[in-house]
Amino acid sequence: MDFEHVNIKLSVEGPKDAEGALEPLIPIFHRWIQQKVFDELLLDIADYRHVYAGPGVVLIGHQADYAVDNTDNKLGLLYNRKTVFEGSNQDRFKQATRSALNAIHRLEAEPTFAGKIHFDGKSIELFINDRFLAPNKPETRTAFEPELKQFAETLFGGKEYSAEYESDPRRRFGVTLKPAHPVSAQELLANLS
Amino acid sequence: MKASNSLSAEKLTGLIPEVIGREIDIFETELVLRKQGKIDERVFAETRLRRGAYGQRYDNGQRSDGAKVQEMRYPSGDLTKGPMTIWDAPGMQRIKVPGGGLNADQLETMADLAEEYSDGIAHVTTRQDFQLHYVHIENTPALMRRLAAVGITTREACGNSVRNITACPYAGVCRDETFDVTPYADAMFRFLLGHPDVQNFGRKFKPAFSGCVQHACGLTNLHDMGFIAATRTENGEVKRGFTTVVGGGLGAVPYNAKLLDSFVPVEEILPVTQAVARVFARLGEKRNRSRARIKFLVQDLGIEKFKELVAEERKTLPYDPRWTAFIKDAEAFHEEPLRPAGEIPAVQSEGFARWSKTNLRPQKTDGYVTITVALPLGDITANQLRSLADIVRRYTRETVRTTVEQNFVIRWVSLKDLPELYRALEAVGLGDPGAGAIVDIVSCPGTDTCKLGISSSRGLAAELHKRLAEKRFQFDQPVENLHIKISGCFNSCGQHHVADLGFYGVSRKMGGFAVPHFQVVLGGEWEHNGGSYGTTIVAIPSKRIPEVVSRLTEKYVQMRTPGETFKDFTKRVGKVQLKAMLEDLTKPSTDPNDRSLFSDWSDPREYTLGDMGTGECAGEVVAPVEFELTAAEREVFEAQVALDSGKVNEAGQTAYRSMLHGAKALVKLINPNISDDADQIVSEFKARYFDTQKFWDPFAGGKFANYLFDAHQKAGQTYTADSSRYLIDEAQLFIDAAHSCYNQLGKTVAV
Repeated sequence: MDFEHVNIKLSVEGPKDAEGALEPLIPIFHRWIQQKVFDELLLDIADYRHVYAGPGVVLIGHQADYAVDNTDNKLGLLYNRKTVFEGSNQDRFKQATRSALNAIHRLEAEPTFAGKIHFDGKSIELFINDRFLAPNKPETRTAFEPELKQFAETLFGGKEYSAEYESDPRRRFGVTLKPAHPVSAQELLANLS
Repeated sequence: MKASNSLSAEKLTGLIPEVIGREIDIFETELVLRKQGKIDERVFAETRLRRGAYGQRYDNGQRSDGAKVQEMRYPSGDLTKGPMTIWDAPGMQRIKVPGGGLNADQLETMADLAEEYSDGIAHVTTRQDFQLHYVHIENTPALMRRLAAVGITTREACGNSVRNITACPYAGVCRDETFDVTPYADAMFRFLLGHPDVQNFGRKFKPAFSGCVQHACGLTNLHDMGFIAATRTENGEVKRGFTTVVGGGLGAVPYNAKLLDSFVPVEEILPVTQAVARVFARLGEKRNRSRARIKFLVQDLGIEKFKELVAEERKTLPYDPRWTAFIKDAEAFHEEPLRPAGEIPAVQSEGFARWSKTNLRPQKTDGYVTITVALPLGDITANQLRSLADIVRRYTRETVRTTVEQNFVIRWVSLKDLPELYRALEAVGLGDPGAGAIVDIVSCPGTDTCKLGISSSRGLAAELHKRLAEKRFQFDQPVENLHIKISGCFNSCGQHHVADLGFYGVSRKMGGFAVPHFQVVLGGEWEHNGGSYGTTIVAIPSKRIPEVVSRLTEKYVQMRTPGETFKDFTKRVGKVQLKAMLEDLTKPSTDPNDRSLFSDWSDPREYTLGDMGTGECAGEVVAPVEFELTAAEREVFEAQVALDSGKVNEAGQTAYRSMLHGAKALVKLINPNISDDADQIVSEFKARYFDTQKFWDPFAGGKFANYLFDAHQKAGQTYTADSSRYLIDEAQLFIDAAHSCYNQLGKTVAV
C-alpha cells in the first residue's frame, strides 16, 4: 500500500493564548515566501486565527503546506504533503518528518518567537491525508504497521516509544508517536540523516 | 495531484446518479485534453467555471512578496486552465447548496473534502454556497464525485448560467411567512439545472425565494429574479402563488428589482422563469460584460416592454410536464421535529443567557426554536462540521441550512433540549452569541483569495469583530443590531449596499504611495427583502475604518430620535454632515514615520494593486492631477446632495460633469492643453486611455470608461430620479477607477 500525502504534526509548547501565539507568524511566513526558504514552491498565507481549534496560520505551498495548527486545541507545527512524493513509504515518512523538523527549527530561531514557541519533543502525529488511499480501517493498519515500526526505529534511534492510533473512523488514518522521554528536533533530524 | 484521484470513480460506483457521473467523467476527459493542448484555454475556462472550479488570486503566476513581484514557477510551466491562469495555481471550488439545505452526511463529506483538498476550512458564502480554497484543478473531478455521492452538485455554481437558488433559511418554520417556499425553490433548482434555455446567457443569473415581504427573508429586491410567497382567494379557495420581481442586482451599481407580476400561480412559476430566461438569452447583452446582467436589459427596455416580451414568450413555450410535476407535492411538503416540544429548563449559565438572547428565533410551532450557529467570517473547520452533523442527528431530523449571513441555522430544536444543545455547540467553538448582531460581520473573501479584491475585507472584518466583541455587552440596543457588511471591491459580494454600515475596497494615493481604503456606504436596508441601498459617503484608509465604526455608532446613539433606525438617521443627518464627521480620517498621518496605513489588515506587505494584474496605465506621478481627481470626487458628492434635495436634473448633470473632470485630469497628464470642451475631453480620453487600454481594469475591462461614454452620449437629456442615482454611482466608480489608473502610473507619459 502506498502511503502518500503524509502529514506530520509536531507538538509545540507556546503561549496559552493560541491566537496571540500565532500573530507573529504572519510577517514571518511572508518573509519566508520572499526568501524562498524551503524546497517547496511557497505561494501564500491563509490566516485562520479567528477559527476555534482551527488550522491557525497556514503557509500555502504547491507541494506542501506548513502551518502552526491548533486543531483539537493542540498547538503544533503541521506539514501537509499535497503532491505525490516519488520513492518508498519510508522515503515519504522521512521527507515529511524532516520538513516539519526543519520548519520548527527555523521557527524557533526567529527573533520574534525566541523562547515563546518550541517543539516539546513529546509527540509526533503522522497521518495520511487521503481517505481513499488509506481509509481509517483495520486493513490499513495491518499494511501500515510494519512500515511504521521501521520508520519509528530510525526516527527514535532505537529508543522506546508508544504508538496510539486514531480510533474515530471518520477521522483520517494516523498514529501519534510518543517517545518515552522528550527528544529534541536536532536529535530526530540527526537520526533521519 | 492527489494519488487517489483515479480511484474515485471506482470507489463511488453505484453511489453517483448515472447522468451526473457521466458529466463528471466528461469533465475529467476535458481536463486531460486541455493538458494535451487539444482544448482552447477559453473554452476550458468556461467549462470549469460551469462546474464551479474558479480561479484564485495569484493564479497568473505572479505575487508581490512585499519587496518585488515574485514569479511562481509551477511544475506545469506554461500550461493554463484559462487566459492568464496557470494550470497548477490553486483555485477555488464553489459548491451549490440550493436554499441552503443540507443533511448530516453532506456536512461530513464537506468536512472530509475541506481536509483532503483544501486548507481544512469550509467557507459559507453570501449566497448560501460553500467554497473550498486552494484546490488543485486536477483534484476537482474526484471532489465532484464525492459530492455527487451525497447528492450535491457543483454544476453551474459559476459561469454564465443560473447560479445557486437561495431561499429564506426560515422557510417552513417562520411565524410570518405566507407559506413554505422550500419545495418551490427546490423545484426551480431541479428544473433549471442544465436546462437548454439557460445556457446562452451573457452573464450569471441569480434567483431567490422569500416567504414574506417585511423581513430580510430571501432578499428578492437585489436578485435577478425574485419570488415572494403570496396567496389569493379564487372561488372561495386560497391559491398559492408568488409576487414575482425581476432585474434587481448589486454589483458595482445596485438596482432595485421591478415588479414583473403581482401574482404568478405556483404552476406558472417555472414556465414564467423559462420565458424570462429566453428573453434574457435572446436580447441580453453578450459582448459588453459590464452591461450583460438582466438588470440592464430590464432598464433599457423598461419593465412594461419587458413584461410584454415575457408574456409573448410564455405563449410560445412547448408544454413541459415538469412545470407541474416538480411542484405537485409542494403543499404536502413539511419538515418534522425529531424530539417532543417542551420548555426551557430553569437554571442556566450566563453564556447560555447571552446566546439565547441573540441566537434563537421562535418557530410557528410552539415549543420549538430555530437556532443560529454564528461562524466567524463564515468559516468552519472539518471537526466542527462533524460535530454539527452529530448535533443535528441527535436533536433534529438533520434540518440544517446555511444563510446568506454566512452562518448555519438549525431548525426544529425543542426548547427542552436547548441547554444541552448549547453546551454541545459551545464545546466545539460553535456557541458564539451575537448572531445577526453588529459583531456578526459579513465579508466576502476579498484580497485573501479573490483576484478582484482591492482591500482586505476579511482582515478588516476580523479586526472589527475582535474590537466589537470586546465591547459587545456595553452596546446600546439599537447599535447592537446594526449590520456591518464588507466587500473587497465594488462588485458587492459582501452585499455592502444593504448594510447599515457597508464598506467596499478602493485604493487611493497618500504621499505618493498607494493606500488601501474602503468607501463608506451608509444606511442600506436589510429588511423588506433588502429594501433599499446605502449612500456612498467618503473613502477612508482601511486601517481607520474601526474609528469610522466607533464614531458613527456613537453619533447614532447621541443624535438619534426615539425609535429612529440607522437608515433614517443617516437620511436625516445627510451626506454632508456624515462626511464632515469623518473628514479628518481621510488625511495622511502627521507622523512621517507612521507607515501603518501603507499595508492592509493582517498583511505586512506594502500595499499594491499589482496583485490584481499587471499595471495598465503609464505616466509620471504628477501632483496636480490629485487635486483634480479630488475635485471630481467632490462633484460626485455634490450630485448626491442635489439628488437628496430633490434637484434631480441638477444631480444628473453634476454627476456627468464630475466624470468629465476626472477624465480631463488624466488626459491633462498627456495633453496639458486640453480644453474644457466635453467632446474634446471624451474624444482624447478615448484615444489616449481607452483605445490604448491604459484606463482598463484587469477584470472589469473597459466597464468604467463606458460609463463616461454612455453619460456623454446621453448628455443634455432630462434625468429621472433613477437615472440620476445610477449615474452618480457610475460617476463614483469612474473616479475610483481614475484614481486606480493614476496609482499605477510609473513612468513619464510621452506627449
